Order: sequence, then C-alpha cells, then structure tokens
Amino acid sequence: MASSSDPERTAVVSGDVRLTTQQLSDLADGGAGIIAGSGASHVAYVGTGGAMLPLLIFASARAGLTFTPINYWLSAEGIKALIARLPDPLVVIDNRYLDELGGPDGLEGVAKQVTVSDDFLAQARDAEPAVEFADPDSVGIVLFTSGTTSQPKAVELTHNNLTSYVTGTVEFGSAEPTDAALICVPPYHIAGVSAALSNLYAGRKMVYLPIFDPEEWVRLIDAEHVTSATVVPTMLDRIVTVLEGGQHRLPSLRNLAYGGSKVPLPLVRKALELLPHVGFVNAYGLTETSSTIAVLTPDDHRDAQAAADPAVVRRLASVGQPVPSVEVQIRDEAGAVLPAGQTGELFVRGEQVSGRYTGVGSVLDADGWFPTKDIATLDQGGYLFIGGRSDDTIIRGGENIAPAELEDVLAEHPHVRDVAVVGVDDPQWGQAIVAVVVPAVGAEPDPEELREHVRKSLRGSRTPDRVVFRDELPTNATGKVLRREIVEELRAAPAEQ
Amino acid sequence: MIKNGTRLASQVCDTQVIVVRSADTLDDLRCGGAPMVELGAERSGELDPAFSDGAVMGKRYVDEAGAEVLVTKAGAGTLAVGQTALSLKEAKPLPASD
Repeated sequence: MASSSDPERTAVVSGDVRLTTQQLSDLADGGAGIIAGSGASHVAYVGTGGAMLPLLIFASARAGLTFTPINYWLSAEGIKALIARLPDPLVVIDNRYLDELGGPDGLEGVAKQVTVSDDFLAQARDAEPAVEFADPDSVGIVLFTSGTTSQPKAVELTHNNLTSYVTGTVEFGSAEPTDAALICVPPYHIAGVSAALSNLYAGRKMVYLPIFDPEEWVRLIDAEHVTSATVVPTMLDRIVTVLEGGQHRLPSLRNLAYGGSKVPLPLVRKALELLPHVGFVNAYGLTETSSTIAVLTPDDHRDAQAAADPAVVRRLASVGQPVPSVEVQIRDEAGAVLPAGQTGELFVRGEQVSGRYTGVGSVLDADGWFPTKDIATLDQGGYLFIGGRSDDTIIRGGENIAPAELEDVLAEHPHVRDVAVVGVDDPQWGQAIVAVVVPAVGAEPDPEELREHVRKSLRGSRTPDRVVFRDELPTNATGKVLRREIVEELRAAPAEQ
Repeated sequence: MIKNGTRLASQVCDTQVIVVRSADTLDDLRCGGAPMVELGAERSGELDPAFSDGAVMGKRYVDEAGAEVLVTKAGAGTLAVGQTALSLKEAKPLPASD
C-alpha cells in the first residue's frame, strides 16, 4: 500500500542499507517466496533488527506464516528453548548469533531450516515472489514476554490486533515527506514491531540504530534530520547525560516518546528542560495489547509543567489517557469496578487487545476484558496512573505495599539517581521492605536520611526497613528492572546493610 | 459471505480495497455504481456520476452491518452497499509514539 502510494520514498535507513518503499515491498515479495519454498510452518528471527525487521514482518505475512522475533540477548540455551516452542520454523539469524549457537547444527532438531540474515537478504532480491493475503483473524506475530517474573509466555497477535492499532491511531501517509523516525527499540519487543508498522503506514522514514549508543543516537538525529524517536528509560537517562555534557540542541526533533517501563519523574523534568522545543510523549502498553493503549501527549506534558492545580501537576507522572479505541476499568480483588481515585487492577478491552497465549488460550473474561496485572488508578480527568506489577506487591505485616509508591518518593531525593524497592522474606513481618539505591554522581546518601525522607511523605509502615546501595540496578535490554535478581542477590547476602 | 482479507477492485475506476471485516452485506459491495470484482477480473461499465465522491487511500469505510473495507488504491467512485454509500471511519490521530 505504501509502495503504491509513493514508491520512491526512502522507507528504511539501516547502517549502509537504504531502501525505498518499492524496494522494501519487492524484497518482502521475494522473501515471501523463500519462506513459502522452505516448507516451514513459522518464521523466527534471531538478530539485532534494522532493515531485517520490517522485511521479515512483511515477507512472513505475504507468505501467510506467523513471525516471531527472538531476544538475541538470551543465552544460546535460552534461544534454543524458545525456538523449540515454535512449529517447524524457518530460522533467520544474524551471523554472530549463529556462531554463538555453534553453527547450523546447533539448531538441529528445533529448526526446519536455518538461513543467515545476509543470505536471506541477498536471496530475496531475486527469489520467485509469493504474495498471499493473510486472514486478518489469523496470528501474524507471536512474541515471547520478557519473563522477568516467570517463564516467557508466547503472546499471539492477529493481523487485526496489530492493524487496528495502526489504522485507529495513524492517518495513512500523514507524515511530512521530510519526517523521519529513529528506532532503537529491539526487534523482539512489541514497540519494535509497532514502530515498523505505524511509521511505514504514516509514510515516515525509519532510521534504525540496532545497538543503542547515546552519542550515536544524538549524531543520527542530526545526520538524518530525525523528527521523532522512541526510547526506553535507560536510554533516556544516557541521552540526558550526553545532552548535559555538550551543546546538542537536536533542532530537527519534534517528538520524543518514552515508555517500556516507568521513568523516574526527575529524569522526565530534566529531559523537558534540556529539550524545550520537543513534544514529549509517554506511551504505555503491553505485548498483549499490541503496544500503546494510553498516551500522555506533548500538551499534557506542557500543561502539567505550567499548572498550579496539584491534580494537573501530578499528571506528569501518569501515562495519560487511554487511546480512543481502548476501554479501561480499574477493578478491586473481588472484581468490582472502582471509581476514579481508587487503586486496583487495570483491565482493558479493544480490538488491539489479544490476551491469547500459545498453549494457554485466551485469558479474556466473558466480556472481552484483559487483566493486565498492573496496579492502576484513574484520576477525575481520566488520566491513568500505573503503580507497578501486582506480582511485585510487598506484603508487610498484612499490609499490601506497591513498590512504585516508595520508589516515586525516593527518586525525588537529590542523592538518588535510581531506585528499586523490593520485599525480602522476614521472620517478623512476613516481608521486609528493602530500598536498593543507586546514588547520584558524587553523592554519599545516608540510609537514615533516606528512610526519614520516605517517612515524611508516606505512612510509617511504608518506610524501608533497610536501605542498601549499588552502582547500578540489574535491567534487561529494554530497561525493565529485574526485581527477582535483586531479591535473589539480597537473599544471598542477608546480613549486609 | 466474502472472506476477510479478500482484495476487490472497482470495475469503473482505480479503487481497490481489502475486506477487513466481512458481513453478508458485502455481497452487494459496489464502487462508482458497479459491483466490485476480484482483482484481475474482467471489467465493464462506466462510472455513475451519482456515485463519484471518491474513495480515499488508506481510509477505512464501514456499513451499518459492521462490514469494514480498507482502501489500498484510491479511485473516483463512491463505495456503497447497494444504493447506500459506506461511511468513512475516522482515525483519531495521536502524536507519534512508536
């Protein structure tokens, strides 16, 4: 569709590779031919992405097969275990990861066929094309969840789930001819998939930075005249550090979206100050909801910054309002729908919401609502506040405590750069609250002072029982804090303060 | 009933669509006053001026039965079921967040 509307437009820039929409479309046709000829039942990709991601998404769809990009950060065993869960897959893999798996033989028994990414690209240039149109209700993409709390789950997204988000929130060809998006979210993440779909649909040039580096990110913004970009919190933190150290103004940048996990409020404020001409967007979504379901818009950011009303100021910490095609409810533990201002579990409903897992089936309730397992509150204006995962809830002396509540308070302390609050087993309280703090550069925070800082804002029972310091928090590639690792590490060294 | 994913072309203008959500009503899907046909099928007839408001590229059109088609190639004809024009389903654009 994009190729018939403006075939000569540059669609993808990825390292030395530049493709027009027509070239991308032709490659996808040829790629579909390779896939159809392989006799495989599924397509998997292990690699850093770039042009390979849109190419394989569209080639798989045109061959009528389901596509799964796999997290290349996993161990060889982890990668193999996920591939083994896919039915007779054609595995397209970047050279370096094939080496780590011990060559094509390393995938024997789990892959139908193995092709190196560069070979796939070369062959797609003159393969006999295949062009099918997949049933919109068939599964287009299966993504494995990051599995920070349990075994990765295989989320099934139909073509309809994926396209209803795009057609519902993006006007076809609405981007200016000079618009460009810088994409550094990984291909195995839902944000990587939706970036490829929505930017192509909008007619926005996609510039890929597969391996994130803040200096290179800043350089590419200027070199490719990038107008919009999406980052996860850890990336934003490193970009802000580069911006603080230099004279970068990023004049071409109009929109900067952040999301993937919670961004500390002081970091958001700092970014807003450093880039006053940029419209900030906080996007919230889950794999199971085909990406974004709520958006805090640039205007929302500005209003919150300028407001005197504390309720409006507070919205800077929200994920904004639900997108028009998605309904939301906050429910208590008994399933009753809660009014604004009360905290419970977030349920969502809409065409982009899948809620289906391979081997499990649909977890939607009878009326189509998906339980997100995120703790949330809606304010009077319909702004959504996310209070972390319900799995992360600390139960201390019978009281339910959301770590996010303490983290928000601690993050505001000038000596705190980053913080995670976790519960550890405790003979007296069931669980004790431990704040794991990364100090600000040059600061030597006093544990007692930090506990006092929390006690002033929250109830006494929500004061950390212990404060410990670390140089950094363990995170995955998309910036999600690995709480389980923190807890395990604390358990191994219980006496340390 | 027409299958979801079916691609159809106008006989009397350049319009092409993909059926996103089928309904029985689409058996009588027309463009520019003439029945829409499978891609590559023989074409005949002329554009009816009463059905010449055009179909816009990248837009979704719906009828009251819940049928939905996506225009993949723009054309001069009006999309309709029988004599009733389909209505445009508006996207509600959001700031770029991907």
